[in-house]
Amino acid sequence: MIDKLDSALRFHQEALSLRARRQEVLSSNVANADTPNFKARDFDFGSKLTEAVERGRQSMSMSMSTTSSRHLSGEAHAASESDLMYRTPNQTSLDGNTVEMDVERVNFADNAMRYEANLTILGSKIKSLLSAVQ
Amino acid sequence: MPFSNRSLSIFDIAGSAMTAQSQRMNTTASNMANADSVAGPDGQPYRARQVVFEMSPGAGQGIGGVRVARVIEDPSPLRMVHDPKNPHANAEGYVAMPNVNVVEEMVNMISASRSYQANVEVLNTAKTLMLKTLTVGQ
Repeated sequence: MIDKLDSALRFHQEALSLRARRQEVLSSNVANADTPNFKARDFDFGSKLTEAVERGRQSMSMSMSTTSSRHLSGEAHAASESDLMYRTPNQTSLDGNTVEMDVERVNFADNAMRYEANLTILGSKIKSLLSAVQ
Repeated sequence: MPFSNRSLSIFDIAGSAMTAQSQRMNTTASNMANADSVAGPDGQPYRARQVVFEMSPGAGQGIGGVRVARVIEDPSPLRMVHDPKNPHANAEGYVAMPNVNVVEEMVNMISASRSYQANVEVLNTAKTLMLKTLTVGQ
């Protein structure tokens, strides 16, 4: 029963986590808009979401089993740092910075809107699940 | 997914940028105020100062906030002005004036305030999203 609920909401959980992650990456780009030699980072949301959903389908938990308290808990993360890519700038700047404020702000606003849309859909899904329970 | 420590990360990143940009504005204010300071505490003319930004890697490497690595003194030569009446004038009647470029400083100030505004916007958006997230399912 609980795992059914979990799988019903899993997609939204993964999507929201990735949106929050992307928001963070974009905010880092805006913050470092004046840092010399900073390279703007981003990741492909679509492929990351597909990856996360498929991994969840294969096995619900990707954690390693431990037999001793001194073992490290190996947990799979949705987006690791190595998945971050570098943005190709349209116009280069003299100080080696590849942040383009307009691009970053458009992406940031777009991502925020999609995050909010995701929240709305998740909220209505929870409501419909609740009405089914009652 | 460890969401709790991540949700605060945007606030850290934008906050660090606001601190750094306001330090840049402070430096600009100091330069503009001292554009005509012939002698500082050490008796030497004031030299323009500039901040150097550096990325500070946060909890997740690859992305992070920004911090002021150091404040450098502008090494460009001082402006020599002919003014024999000035008590600081040398034997030839020239006074060494600060090497502050007021136009450059104005541009610097506008750029800093725009960057500051962008970060305030990021912070506000992140706050709105977090508040909305808190009310999910209600």
